[in-house]
Amino acid sequence: MNKKLRVSQTEVAERAITRGLALIAFSSLSVLALITVFILREGLPVMLNLGIGEFLTGGRWAPSANAFGIMPMILGSVYVTLGALVLGVPLGLSCAVFLVELAPRSVAAALRPAIQLLAGIPSVIYGFWGLTTLVPFIRNTLGGPGLSILAGAIILGIMILPTVIAISEDALRALPRSYKEASFSLGASHWQTIWRVLLPAARSGIVAAVVLGMGRAVGETMAVIMVLGNAVQIPDSILDPARTLTTNIGIEMAYASGDHRAALFATGIVLFLIIMILTGTANLITSRR
Amino acid sequence: MAESGGVKMQVENVSVYYGEQVALRNVSLPIVANEILTVFGPAGGGKTSLLRTLNRLNDLNPLARVTGDVFLEGESIYSPGYPVIDLRRRVGMVFDLPVALPMSIFDNVAYGPRLMGVRDRRRLEETVERALRTAAMWDEVKDRLSTSGLGLSGGQQQRLSIARVLALQPEVILLDEPTSGLDPISTAKIEESLRELKRFYTIVISPHNVQQAARIADRAAFFLMGELVEFGTETEVFTRPRDKRTEDYITGRFG
Repeated sequence: MNKKLRVSQTEVAERAITRGLALIAFSSLSVLALITVFILREGLPVMLNLGIGEFLTGGRWAPSANAFGIMPMILGSVYVTLGALVLGVPLGLSCAVFLVELAPRSVAAALRPAIQLLAGIPSVIYGFWGLTTLVPFIRNTLGGPGLSILAGAIILGIMILPTVIAISEDALRALPRSYKEASFSLGASHWQTIWRVLLPAARSGIVAAVVLGMGRAVGETMAVIMVLGNAVQIPDSILDPARTLTTNIGIEMAYASGDHRAALFATGIVLFLIIMILTGTANLITSRR
Repeated sequence: MAESGGVKMQVENVSVYYGEQVALRNVSLPIVANEILTVFGPAGGGKTSLLRTLNRLNDLNPLARVTGDVFLEGESIYSPGYPVIDLRRRVGMVFDLPVALPMSIFDNVAYGPRLMGVRDRRRLEETVERALRTAAMWDEVKDRLSTSGLGLSGGQQQRLSIARVLALQPEVILLDEPTSGLDPISTAKIEESLRELKRFYTIVISPHNVQQAARIADRAAFFLMGELVEFGTETEVFTRPRDKRTEDYITGRFG
């Protein structure tokens, strides 16, 4: 009798804990929902008033003249992000291959925390370093104002490294040992094994790493504000300054009002959609593995 | 090429250690050309260690240490500067668990030849077909060579692994319990192809049970806890073993 009672008490506690945790888990989802509703409510009307096509493809952003076209910012984001990938992905992937396949245990043990530390550096510090070192360097060696797409791409290329490395490292590490042994026993060298078997086998994980790195690059704001120059223009060269979607919001939100403020929220909607698409793609790729 | 009946490989006083653990203790035996040598005994006896010593796959394990020497056609494969990649082409290995590389069936079999620099499409096609025929699976897969090797059944994947090794035209083929995960029909198919193959190759196999060892062996070596207990022809080992432990094992008293 007594025993039975105790069992049911445990059951009640169990159920309460399950419910409680579920509630907490769903509350984080509701935050997402609230943010979505909020930026849609603030940004969508002005987008519809101007016409979505006009808003997305317009080349002129002049809040005082009520001109809100975000094409320069979309292009700025695309250029800076692609640049970051061109620099960061080969570097990060090489690093992951080195860590998993080539580095002696002690070297890998020293490198891994250093890379994690890279992820922990606040973005404003990256921006600060970029502004004081990278920007003058570009100005002096390559010309132009220094504040440029190139500077942004380099900073972001470094900032996405931890993401790219960690996820592609996991992908490589998850491969069965038998692939490697089979390849070696067929007379492949280590490098041939990496290039022909391991990297192709880890392809989906590597693509996910790239997509998530892309998401990080698109979303970064602070470091980019400091090195990109923030001019609203469609850039002609990687040495030109540019403005991204994130920096557009970051710079102007503090003083914007009325339609201007709403247009910044609309910029946020576009950004939000891009990030959702990227993250969704990454999830799709990794789940199909 | 060693003549039929000649010694293809010679194992001399080989011991294998994994860290502090001794996996193989001072083993010497000849591997005769165009024969099937079965290396059998209970798990942990040193069979896999011996096979991995023969194509230096133990090199991949940082904990493994090998002493003694192995000769391939009279040449020490552990001498400094010996071309290991070349060795692994001459002494091919099939593992206990079937491994289809994550690529198409054709690319799986063409993997080795391509590594050796064969680019000519027609030559690759010929090699792949010959290897798949010899592994007794050409008819099953000839219409879907471009599909992924991962979609094959376990038995097919294992024969694919054999075909992949055959495509390299090795001299010696090592098979580490190649039928351990397979059904009886696939096992029979593989045993049948092994009997065919020994006309052209020297085969060392660790079978997954005594019956299989007796069925396919020309010569047999019985291993117990890292020690080579008995070595001889199939008749010697399976019908009149010299050592009591061998007799106990093959009559099923332990193992």
